[in-house]
Amino acid sequence: MKYVLLYTNRPDLDAAVPEERRAEVYQAIYGWFEKHGAVMSDGGAELQGPETATSVKSGQNGGQPVVVDGPFSEAKENVGGFSIIDVPDLDSAIAIAREWPSLSLPGVAVEIRPIVDHSGDM
Amino acid sequence: MKTEDAALARIVRREAGLIVAQLQRRLGNFDVAEEAVQEAIIIALRTWRRDGVPANPGAWLSLAARRRAIDLLRKRSRELPLADEWEPDPAVAISPLGRTGDERLPMLFGCCHPALGVEARLALTLRAVVGMTTQQIASAFLVPETTMAQRLVRAKRKITAAGIPFTIPEAVDLAPRLDDVLTVVYLSYNAGYLEPSESGRELSDDAIWLAELVTRALPEQAETWGLLALLSFLNSRAAARFDDHGRLVLLEDQDRTGWDEVAISRADGYLTTAAALHRPGRFQLQAAIAGCHASAASWADTDWLQILTLYDLLLRYDSSPVIKLNHAIALSHLRGPAAALAEVDQVADRLSGYHLACHSRPAVERPW
Repeated sequence: MKYVLLYTNRPDLDAAVPEERRAEVYQAIYGWFEKHGAVMSDGGAELQGPETATSVKSGQNGGQPVVVDGPFSEAKENVGGFSIIDVPDLDSAIAIAREWPSLSLPGVAVEIRPIVDHSGDM
Repeated sequence: MKTEDAALARIVRREAGLIVAQLQRRLGNFDVAEEAVQEAIIIALRTWRRDGVPANPGAWLSLAARRRAIDLLRKRSRELPLADEWEPDPAVAISPLGRTGDERLPMLFGCCHPALGVEARLALTLRAVVGMTTQQIASAFLVPETTMAQRLVRAKRKITAAGIPFTIPEAVDLAPRLDDVLTVVYLSYNAGYLEPSESGRELSDDAIWLAELVTRALPEQAETWGLLALLSFLNSRAAARFDDHGRLVLLEDQDRTGWDEVAISRADGYLTTAAALHRPGRFQLQAAIAGCHASAASWADTDWLQILTLYDLLLRYDSSPVIKLNHAIALSHLRGPAAALAEVDQVADRLSGYHLACHSRPAVERPW
Protein backbone atom coordinates (compact mmCIF):
# COMPACT_ATOMS: atom_id res chain seq x y z
CA MET A 1 0.00 0.00 0.00
CA LYS A 2 1.09 3.54 -0.66
CA TYR A 3 1.10 6.16 2.06
CA VAL A 4 2.07 9.81 2.25
CA LEU A 5 4.10 10.77 5.29
CA LEU A 6 3.44 14.41 6.14
CA TYR A 7 6.16 15.90 8.31
CA THR A 8 4.80 18.64 10.52
CA ASN A 9 6.43 20.93 13.04
CA ARG A 10 5.58 23.88 15.25
CA PRO A 11 7.59 26.95 14.17
CA ASP A 12 6.86 28.60 17.54
CA LEU A 13 8.56 25.72 19.37
CA ASP A 14 11.37 25.33 16.85
CA ALA A 15 12.81 28.67 17.91
CA ALA A 16 13.88 27.17 21.24
CA VAL A 17 15.91 24.39 19.60
CA PRO A 18 19.64 25.18 19.58
CA GLU A 19 21.24 25.45 16.14
CA GLU A 20 23.63 22.62 16.95
CA ARG A 21 20.80 20.24 17.80
CA ARG A 22 18.96 21.18 14.63
CA ALA A 23 22.06 20.38 12.57
CA GLU A 24 22.34 16.98 14.28
CA VAL A 25 18.77 16.12 13.43
CA TYR A 26 19.23 17.30 9.87
CA GLN A 27 22.21 15.01 9.54
CA ALA A 28 20.22 12.10 10.95
CA ILE A 29 17.49 12.72 8.35
CA TYR A 30 19.97 11.91 5.58
CA GLY A 31 20.70 8.60 7.28
CA TRP A 32 16.97 7.94 7.66
CA PHE A 33 16.33 8.45 3.93
CA GLU A 34 19.24 6.18 3.13
CA LYS A 35 17.95 3.45 5.43
CA HIS A 36 14.42 3.53 4.02
CA GLY A 37 15.36 4.30 0.42
CA ALA A 38 13.92 1.01 -0.81
CA VAL A 39 10.32 1.90 0.09
CA MET A 40 10.47 5.57 -0.96
CA SER A 41 8.60 6.48 -4.13
CA ASP A 42 9.58 9.49 -6.18
CA GLY A 43 7.83 12.75 -5.59
CA GLY A 44 8.57 13.55 -1.97
CA ALA A 45 9.82 17.02 -1.11
CA GLU A 46 11.08 19.29 1.60
CA LEU A 47 9.06 22.50 1.54
CA GLN A 48 10.11 26.11 1.93
CA GLY A 49 8.83 27.79 5.09
CA PRO A 50 5.17 28.78 5.66
CA GLU A 51 6.13 32.46 5.25
CA THR A 52 6.67 31.69 1.56
CA ALA A 53 3.23 30.12 1.12
CA THR A 54 0.47 31.52 -1.05
CA SER A 55 -3.04 30.11 -0.97
CA VAL A 56 -5.77 30.22 -3.57
CA LYS A 57 -9.10 29.92 -1.78
CA SER A 58 -12.60 29.39 -3.08
CA GLY A 59 -14.47 32.68 -3.37
CA GLN A 60 -17.48 33.56 -1.27
CA ASN A 61 -21.01 33.07 -2.63
CA GLY A 62 -19.76 31.38 -5.77
CA GLY A 63 -17.37 34.23 -6.61
CA GLN A 64 -13.95 33.90 -8.20
CA PRO A 65 -11.18 32.13 -6.23
CA VAL A 66 -9.09 34.57 -4.24
CA VAL A 67 -5.34 34.64 -3.80
CA VAL A 68 -4.08 35.21 -0.26
CA ASP A 69 -0.76 35.39 1.51
CA GLY A 70 0.07 32.50 3.84
CA PRO A 71 -0.71 28.80 4.33
CA PHE A 72 -4.22 27.37 3.87
CA SER A 73 -4.89 26.97 7.57
CA GLU A 74 -4.43 29.09 10.65
CA ALA A 75 -3.10 26.07 12.54
CA LYS A 76 0.09 26.34 14.54
CA GLU A 77 1.40 23.25 12.78
CA ASN A 78 3.36 23.65 9.60
CA VAL A 79 3.77 21.00 6.92
CA GLY A 80 7.51 20.93 6.34
CA GLY A 81 7.59 18.22 3.71
CA PHE A 82 6.28 14.87 2.63
CA SER A 83 7.35 11.48 1.32
CA ILE A 84 5.49 8.73 -0.46
CA ILE A 85 6.24 5.22 0.72
CA ASP A 86 5.13 1.82 -0.56
CA VAL A 87 4.90 -0.74 2.25
CA PRO A 88 2.73 -3.79 3.04
CA ASP A 89 0.55 -2.26 5.76
CA LEU A 90 0.00 0.47 8.33
CA ASP A 91 2.27 -1.18 10.89
CA SER A 92 5.19 -1.01 8.46
CA ALA A 93 4.40 2.66 7.81
CA ILE A 94 4.24 3.36 11.55
CA ALA A 95 7.57 1.60 12.11
CA ILE A 96 9.23 3.89 9.54
CA ALA A 97 7.49 7.06 10.75
CA ARG A 98 8.46 6.32 14.34
CA GLU A 99 12.15 6.59 13.36
CA TRP A 100 11.75 10.05 11.76
CA PRO A 101 14.69 11.87 13.41
CA SER A 102 12.83 15.15 14.01
CA LEU A 103 10.50 13.36 16.42
CA SER A 104 13.19 13.93 19.04
CA LEU A 105 12.24 17.64 18.87
CA PRO A 106 9.17 19.14 20.56
CA GLY A 107 5.96 19.71 18.57
CA VAL A 108 6.92 17.44 15.69
CA ALA A 109 4.46 14.95 14.23
CA VAL A 110 4.35 12.64 11.23
CA GLU A 111 0.90 12.16 9.76
CA ILE A 112 0.39 8.92 7.82
CA ARG A 113 -2.22 9.10 5.07
CA PRO A 114 -3.07 6.23 2.76
CA ILE A 115 -3.20 7.20 -0.90
CA VAL A 116 -6.40 6.55 -2.84
CA ASP A 117 -5.82 3.63 -5.14
CA HIS A 118 -7.26 4.46 -8.56
CA SER A 119 -5.85 1.37 -10.25
CA GLY A 120 -9.25 -0.37 -10.13
CA ASP A 121 -11.14 2.59 -11.65
CA MET A 122 -10.53 1.71 -15.29
CA MET B 1 -32.38 -10.72 26.50
CA LYS B 2 -34.22 -13.83 27.64
CA THR B 3 -32.23 -16.55 29.35
CA GLU B 4 -32.53 -18.94 26.43
CA ASP B 5 -31.32 -16.18 24.14
CA ALA B 6 -28.36 -15.75 26.45
CA ALA B 7 -27.56 -19.44 26.06
CA LEU B 8 -27.73 -19.10 22.27
CA ALA B 9 -25.53 -16.03 22.44
CA ARG B 10 -22.95 -18.03 24.38
CA ILE B 11 -22.86 -20.67 21.66
CA VAL B 12 -22.42 -17.95 19.06
CA ARG B 13 -19.61 -16.42 21.10
CA ARG B 14 -17.62 -19.64 20.98
CA GLU B 15 -17.82 -19.79 17.20
CA ALA B 16 -18.26 -16.32 15.71
CA GLY B 17 -14.75 -14.91 16.18
CA LEU B 18 -13.17 -18.02 14.72
CA ILE B 19 -15.37 -17.87 11.65
CA VAL B 20 -14.67 -14.16 11.09
CA ALA B 21 -10.94 -14.85 11.35
CA GLN B 22 -11.16 -17.77 8.96
CA LEU B 23 -13.27 -15.87 6.41
CA GLN B 24 -11.09 -12.81 6.71
CA ARG B 25 -7.99 -14.83 5.95
CA ARG B 26 -9.61 -16.51 3.01
CA LEU B 27 -11.18 -13.36 1.52
CA GLY B 28 -8.54 -10.86 2.54
CA ASN B 29 -11.48 -8.60 3.32
CA PHE B 30 -12.29 -8.00 6.99
CA ASP B 31 -15.30 -5.83 6.27
CA VAL B 32 -17.13 -8.48 4.23
CA ALA B 33 -16.08 -11.31 6.57
CA GLU B 34 -17.28 -9.46 9.63
CA GLU B 35 -20.53 -8.30 8.03
CA ALA B 36 -21.29 -11.79 6.76
CA VAL B 37 -20.79 -13.38 10.17
CA GLN B 38 -22.88 -10.68 11.82
CA GLU B 39 -25.77 -11.37 9.45
CA ALA B 40 -25.32 -15.11 9.96
CA ILE B 41 -25.53 -14.61 13.73
CA ILE B 42 -28.81 -12.76 13.41
CA ILE B 43 -30.21 -15.50 11.15
CA ALA B 44 -28.88 -18.17 13.53
CA LEU B 45 -30.44 -16.65 16.62
CA ARG B 46 -33.79 -16.42 14.86
CA THR B 47 -33.65 -19.95 13.41
CA TRP B 48 -32.28 -21.68 16.50
CA ARG B 49 -34.83 -20.04 18.72
CA ARG B 50 -37.53 -21.55 16.53
CA ASP B 51 -36.02 -24.94 15.57
CA GLY B 52 -33.51 -25.57 18.34
CA VAL B 53 -29.72 -25.49 18.18
CA PRO B 54 -28.23 -27.72 15.45
CA ALA B 55 -25.83 -30.57 16.31
CA ASN B 56 -22.83 -28.61 15.05
CA PRO B 57 -23.61 -24.92 15.52
CA GLY B 58 -20.12 -23.90 14.38
CA ALA B 59 -20.51 -25.58 10.99
CA TRP B 60 -24.03 -24.17 10.69
CA LEU B 61 -22.83 -20.61 11.37
CA SER B 62 -19.80 -21.04 9.15
CA LEU B 63 -21.91 -22.17 6.19
CA ALA B 64 -24.46 -19.39 6.72
CA ALA B 65 -21.63 -16.83 6.92
CA ARG B 66 -20.04 -18.12 3.72
CA ARG B 67 -23.37 -17.79 1.90
CA ARG B 68 -23.80 -14.26 3.19
CA ALA B 69 -20.22 -13.45 2.16
CA ILE B 70 -20.94 -14.57 -1.41
CA ASP B 71 -24.07 -12.42 -1.48
CA LEU B 72 -22.19 -9.42 -0.13
CA LEU B 73 -19.34 -9.81 -2.59
CA ARG B 74 -21.82 -10.12 -5.46
CA LYS B 75 -23.67 -7.05 -4.30
CA ARG B 76 -20.46 -5.05 -4.04
CA SER B 77 -19.16 -5.90 -7.48
CA ARG B 78 -22.17 -6.78 -9.61
CA GLU B 79 -20.33 -6.79 -12.89
CA LEU B 80 -17.61 -9.13 -11.71
CA PRO B 81 -18.51 -12.84 -11.90
CA LEU B 82 -16.85 -14.28 -8.83
CA ALA B 83 -19.49 -16.72 -7.67
CA ASP B 84 -17.64 -19.76 -9.02
CA GLU B 85 -14.54 -19.30 -6.99
CA TRP B 86 -16.75 -18.68 -4.00
CA GLU B 87 -18.88 -21.77 -3.86
CA PRO B 88 -18.62 -22.88 -0.25
CA ASP B 89 -16.49 -25.96 0.11
CA PRO B 90 -18.66 -28.42 2.08
CA ALA B 91 -15.64 -30.33 3.35
CA VAL B 92 -14.27 -27.18 4.96
CA ALA B 93 -17.67 -26.10 6.19
CA ILE B 94 -18.28 -29.20 8.29
CA SER B 95 -14.74 -29.85 9.41
CA PRO B 96 -14.04 -28.66 12.94
CA LEU B 97 -12.49 -25.22 13.06
CA GLY B 98 -9.14 -24.67 14.66
CA ARG B 99 -9.52 -24.66 18.44
CA THR B 100 -6.15 -23.23 19.31
CA GLY B 101 -7.62 -19.80 20.05
CA ASP B 102 -4.76 -18.37 18.00
CA GLU B 103 -6.85 -17.61 14.94
CA ARG B 104 -8.77 -14.91 16.76
CA LEU B 105 -5.71 -13.28 18.21
CA PRO B 106 -4.35 -11.52 15.09
CA MET B 107 -7.86 -10.17 14.55
CA LEU B 108 -8.05 -9.01 18.14
CA PHE B 109 -4.81 -7.08 17.68
CA GLY B 110 -6.22 -5.53 14.52
CA CYS B 111 -9.48 -4.52 16.22
CA CYS B 112 -7.53 -2.98 19.13
CA HIS B 113 -5.05 -1.15 16.89
CA PRO B 114 -3.91 2.24 18.27
CA ALA B 115 -4.81 3.86 14.93
CA LEU B 116 -8.47 3.40 15.96
CA GLY B 117 -10.25 5.39 18.68
CA VAL B 118 -10.78 3.57 21.97
CA GLU B 119 -14.58 3.45 21.55
CA ALA B 120 -14.18 1.97 18.09
CA ARG B 121 -11.75 -0.66 19.40
CA LEU B 122 -14.27 -1.71 22.02
CA ALA B 123 -17.18 -1.92 19.60
CA LEU B 124 -15.22 -3.77 16.92
CA THR B 125 -13.82 -6.30 19.37
CA LEU B 126 -17.22 -7.07 20.80
CA ARG B 127 -18.71 -7.54 17.37
CA ALA B 128 -15.97 -9.31 15.43
CA VAL B 129 -14.29 -11.35 18.17
CA VAL B 130 -17.08 -11.91 20.69
CA GLY B 131 -19.92 -12.08 18.16
CA MET B 132 -22.24 -9.60 19.86
CA THR B 133 -24.81 -7.93 17.65
CA THR B 134 -24.74 -4.18 17.06
CA GLN B 135 -27.98 -3.93 19.04
CA GLN B 136 -26.46 -5.72 22.05
CA ILE B 137 -23.34 -3.53 21.98
CA ALA B 138 -25.42 -0.36 21.66
CA SER B 139 -27.53 -1.28 24.67
CA ALA B 140 -24.46 -2.23 26.71
CA PHE B 141 -22.93 1.22 26.10
CA LEU B 142 -26.25 3.06 26.35
CA VAL B 143 -26.08 4.63 22.89
CA PRO B 144 -28.65 4.46 20.09
CA GLU B 145 -28.17 1.52 17.74
CA THR B 146 -27.68 3.85 14.75
CA THR B 147 -24.83 5.62 16.56
CA MET B 148 -23.14 2.31 17.27
CA ALA B 149 -23.67 1.13 13.69
CA GLN B 150 -22.05 4.32 12.37
CA ARG B 151 -19.11 3.91 14.74
CA LEU B 152 -18.56 0.37 13.47
CA VAL B 153 -18.83 1.37 9.81
CA ARG B 154 -16.30 4.17 10.28
CA ALA B 155 -13.88 1.89 12.11
CA LYS B 156 -14.11 -0.84 9.49
CA ARG B 157 -13.65 1.71 6.73
CA LYS B 158 -10.48 2.92 8.41
CA ILE B 159 -9.13 -0.61 8.79
CA THR B 160 -9.49 -1.15 5.06
CA ALA B 161 -8.46 2.31 3.86
CA ALA B 162 -5.47 2.71 6.17
CA GLY B 163 -4.26 -0.85 5.78
CA ILE B 164 -4.43 -1.86 9.44
CA PRO B 165 -3.00 -5.40 9.50
CA PHE B 166 -4.34 -8.42 11.39
CA THR B 167 -1.11 -9.67 12.82
CA ILE B 168 0.32 -10.30 16.26
CA PRO B 169 3.08 -7.71 16.71
CA GLU B 170 6.55 -9.03 17.31
CA ALA B 171 9.44 -8.31 19.65
CA VAL B 172 9.42 -4.86 21.25
CA ASP B 173 6.10 -3.93 19.66
CA LEU B 174 4.21 -6.74 21.41
CA ALA B 175 4.10 -5.35 24.96
CA PRO B 176 2.54 -1.94 24.17
CA ARG B 177 0.11 -3.45 21.67
CA LEU B 178 -0.86 -6.19 24.12
CA ASP B 179 -1.54 -3.45 26.66
CA ASP B 180 -3.99 -1.91 24.16
CA VAL B 181 -5.74 -5.27 23.78
CA LEU B 182 -5.91 -5.89 27.52
CA THR B 183 -7.23 -2.36 28.06
CA VAL B 184 -10.13 -3.03 25.70
CA VAL B 185 -10.92 -6.25 27.57
CA TYR B 186 -10.75 -4.41 30.89
CA LEU B 187 -13.01 -1.60 29.61
CA SER B 188 -15.53 -4.19 28.41
CA TYR B 189 -15.59 -5.70 31.88
CA ASN B 190 -16.00 -2.26 33.46
CA ALA B 191 -18.86 -1.36 31.14
CA GLY B 192 -20.60 -4.53 32.24
CA TYR B 193 -19.91 -4.71 35.91
CA LEU B 194 -21.36 -1.33 36.80
CA GLU B 195 -24.68 -2.36 35.30
CA PRO B 196 -26.98 -4.39 37.54
CA SER B 197 -28.84 -5.71 34.47
CA GLU B 198 -28.58 -9.11 32.84
CA SER B 199 -26.89 -7.56 29.79
CA GLY B 200 -24.30 -5.99 32.07
CA ARG B 201 -23.60 -9.39 33.55
CA GLU B 202 -23.29 -10.88 30.08
CA LEU B 203 -20.78 -8.23 29.06
CA SER B 204 -18.57 -8.88 32.11
CA ASP B 205 -18.71 -12.62 31.37
CA ASP B 206 -17.70 -11.93 27.78
CA ALA B 207 -14.76 -9.84 28.99
CA ILE B 208 -13.55 -12.68 31.22
CA TRP B 209 -13.94 -15.09 28.34
CA LEU B 210 -11.81 -12.75 26.19
CA ALA B 211 -9.18 -12.47 28.92
CA GLU B 212 -9.02 -16.26 29.07
CA LEU B 213 -8.67 -16.45 25.31
CA VAL B 214 -5.73 -14.01 25.29
CA THR B 215 -4.09 -15.77 28.23
CA ARG B 216 -4.34 -19.18 26.57
CA ALA B 217 -2.79 -17.77 23.41
CA LEU B 218 -0.03 -15.74 25.10
CA PRO B 219 0.68 -17.55 28.39
CA GLU B 220 4.26 -16.26 28.52
CA GLN B 221 2.98 -12.68 28.92
CA ALA B 222 2.64 -11.85 32.62
CA GLU B 223 0.11 -9.07 32.08
CA THR B 224 -2.42 -11.42 30.47
CA TRP B 225 -2.44 -13.42 33.73
CA GLY B 226 -2.54 -10.14 35.63
CA LEU B 227 -5.70 -9.01 33.83
CA LEU B 228 -7.31 -12.42 34.26
CA ALA B 229 -6.54 -12.30 37.98
CA LEU B 230 -7.92 -8.76 38.26
CA LEU B 231 -11.17 -9.64 36.50
CA SER B 232 -11.58 -12.80 38.58
CA PHE B 233 -11.11 -10.85 41.82
CA LEU B 234 -13.60 -8.21 40.69
CA ASN B 235 -16.05 -10.83 39.56
CA SER B 236 -15.87 -12.70 42.87
CA ARG B 237 -17.82 -9.78 44.32
CA ALA B 238 -20.45 -9.67 41.58
CA ALA B 239 -23.22 -11.07 43.81
CA ALA B 240 -22.56 -8.52 46.57
CA ARG B 241 -22.11 -5.52 44.30
CA PHE B 242 -25.76 -4.52 43.99
CA ASP B 243 -28.56 -4.44 46.54
CA ASP B 244 -32.06 -5.77 45.92
CA HIS B 245 -33.00 -2.52 44.19
CA GLY B 246 -30.06 -2.68 41.80
CA ARG B 247 -28.15 0.05 43.64
CA LEU B 248 -24.37 -0.14 43.78
CA VAL B 249 -23.06 -1.28 47.18
CA LEU B 250 -19.64 0.13 48.05
CA LEU B 251 -16.93 -2.31 49.00
CA GLU B 252 -17.02 -1.05 52.58
CA ASP B 253 -20.65 -2.05 52.92
CA GLN B 254 -20.63 -5.29 50.97
CA ASP B 255 -21.64 -8.55 52.64
CA ARG B 256 -18.39 -10.46 52.34
CA THR B 257 -20.06 -13.81 52.90
CA GLY B 258 -21.54 -13.25 49.44
CA TRP B 259 -18.10 -13.21 47.80
CA ASP B 260 -17.22 -16.17 45.60
CA GLU B 261 -14.37 -17.99 47.36
CA VAL B 262 -13.72 -20.24 44.37
CA ALA B 263 -13.23 -17.24 42.08
CA ILE B 264 -10.94 -15.63 44.66
CA SER B 265 -8.68 -18.67 44.93
CA ARG B 266 -8.62 -18.98 41.15
CA ALA B 267 -7.58 -15.33 40.93
CA ASP B 268 -4.85 -15.95 43.51
CA GLY B 269 -3.53 -18.74 41.31
CA TYR B 270 -3.50 -16.52 38.19
CA LEU B 271 -1.61 -13.83 40.07
CA THR B 272 0.95 -16.36 41.31
CA THR B 273 1.49 -17.52 37.72
CA ALA B 274 1.94 -13.91 36.62
CA ALA B 275 4.43 -13.16 39.39
CA ALA B 276 6.54 -16.20 38.43
CA LEU B 277 7.14 -14.56 35.02
CA HIS B 278 8.95 -11.64 36.70
CA ARG B 279 7.47 -8.96 34.43
CA PRO B 280 5.43 -6.62 36.63
CA GLY B 281 2.77 -4.42 35.08
CA ARG B 282 -0.26 -2.33 35.86
CA PHE B 283 -2.82 -5.12 35.60
CA GLN B 284 -0.85 -7.33 37.98
CA LEU B 285 -0.62 -4.44 40.44
CA GLN B 286 -4.33 -3.73 40.23
CA ALA B 287 -5.00 -7.43 40.71
CA ALA B 288 -2.75 -7.46 43.76
CA ILE B 289 -4.71 -4.53 45.21
CA ALA B 290 -8.00 -6.28 44.50
CA GLY B 291 -6.46 -9.36 46.14
CA CYS B 292 -5.71 -7.38 49.32
CA HIS B 293 -9.39 -6.52 49.59
CA ALA B 294 -10.37 -10.10 48.81
CA SER B 295 -8.26 -11.50 51.65
CA ALA B 296 -9.44 -9.00 54.27
CA ALA B 297 -12.02 -10.54 56.60
CA SER B 298 -13.72 -7.17 57.01
CA TRP B 299 -13.35 -3.56 55.89
CA ALA B 300 -11.66 -2.79 59.23
CA ASP B 301 -9.09 -5.55 58.63
CA THR B 302 -7.97 -4.10 55.30
CA ASP B 303 -4.17 -3.96 54.98
CA TRP B 304 -3.89 -0.30 53.91
CA LEU B 305 -0.10 -0.21 54.11
CA GLN B 306 0.15 -2.99 51.56
CA ILE B 307 -2.46 -1.29 49.37
CA LEU B 308 -0.71 2.09 49.58
CA THR B 309 2.60 0.47 48.61
CA LEU B 310 0.95 -1.17 45.61
CA TYR B 311 -0.63 2.14 44.56
CA ASP B 312 2.80 3.79 44.81
CA LEU B 313 4.07 1.23 42.31
CA LEU B 314 0.97 1.50 40.15
CA LEU B 315 1.43 5.27 39.81
CA ARG B 316 4.65 4.57 37.91
CA TYR B 317 2.63 2.87 35.19
CA ASP B 318 -0.58 4.85 35.36
CA SER B 319 -0.73 8.32 36.89
CA SER B 320 -4.33 8.95 35.87
CA PRO B 321 -6.58 10.91 38.28
CA VAL B 322 -8.53 7.78 39.26
CA ILE B 323 -5.36 6.02 40.43
CA LYS B 324 -4.24 9.17 42.26
CA LEU B 325 -7.60 9.37 44.01
CA ASN B 326 -7.37 5.76 45.13
CA HIS B 327 -3.81 6.35 46.31
CA ALA B 328 -5.10 9.27 48.39
CA ILE B 329 -7.84 7.09 49.87
CA ALA B 330 -5.33 4.45 50.94
CA LEU B 331 -3.22 7.23 52.44
CA SER B 332 -6.18 8.60 54.38
CA HIS B 333 -6.69 5.22 56.06
CA LEU B 334 -3.09 5.16 57.21
CA ARG B 335 -2.32 8.80 58.03
CA GLY B 336 -5.69 10.48 58.33
CA PRO B 337 -7.73 12.68 56.03
CA ALA B 338 -5.49 15.77 56.10
CA ALA B 339 -2.63 14.05 54.28
CA ALA B 340 -5.02 12.64 51.69
CA LEU B 341 -7.08 15.79 51.05
CA ALA B 342 -4.10 17.63 49.61
CA GLU B 343 -3.75 14.86 47.03
CA VAL B 344 -7.47 14.76 46.29
CA ASP B 345 -7.58 18.52 45.66
CA GLN B 346 -4.90 18.16 43.02
CA VAL B 347 -7.01 15.79 40.97
CA ALA B 348 -10.54 16.86 41.92
CA ASP B 349 -11.24 19.01 38.88
CA ARG B 350 -10.20 16.24 36.51
CA LEU B 351 -12.48 13.68 38.11
CA SER B 352 -15.85 15.28 37.60
CA GLY B 353 -17.07 12.43 35.39
CA TYR B 354 -15.90 9.62 37.59
CA HIS B 355 -18.78 7.73 39.13
CA LEU B 356 -17.50 7.75 42.70
CA ALA B 357 -15.69 11.08 42.89
CA CYS B 358 -18.76 13.01 44.02
CA HIS B 359 -19.37 10.64 46.89
CA SER B 360 -19.30 12.57 50.14
CA ARG B 361 -18.10 9.77 52.40
CA PRO B 362 -14.61 10.17 53.79
CA ALA B 363 -13.71 6.60 52.88
CA VAL B 364 -14.70 6.54 49.27
CA GLU B 365 -13.41 3.45 47.58
CA ARG B 366 -13.96 1.64 44.34
CA PRO B 367 -16.55 -1.08 44.65
CA TRP B 368 -13.94 -3.81 44.53
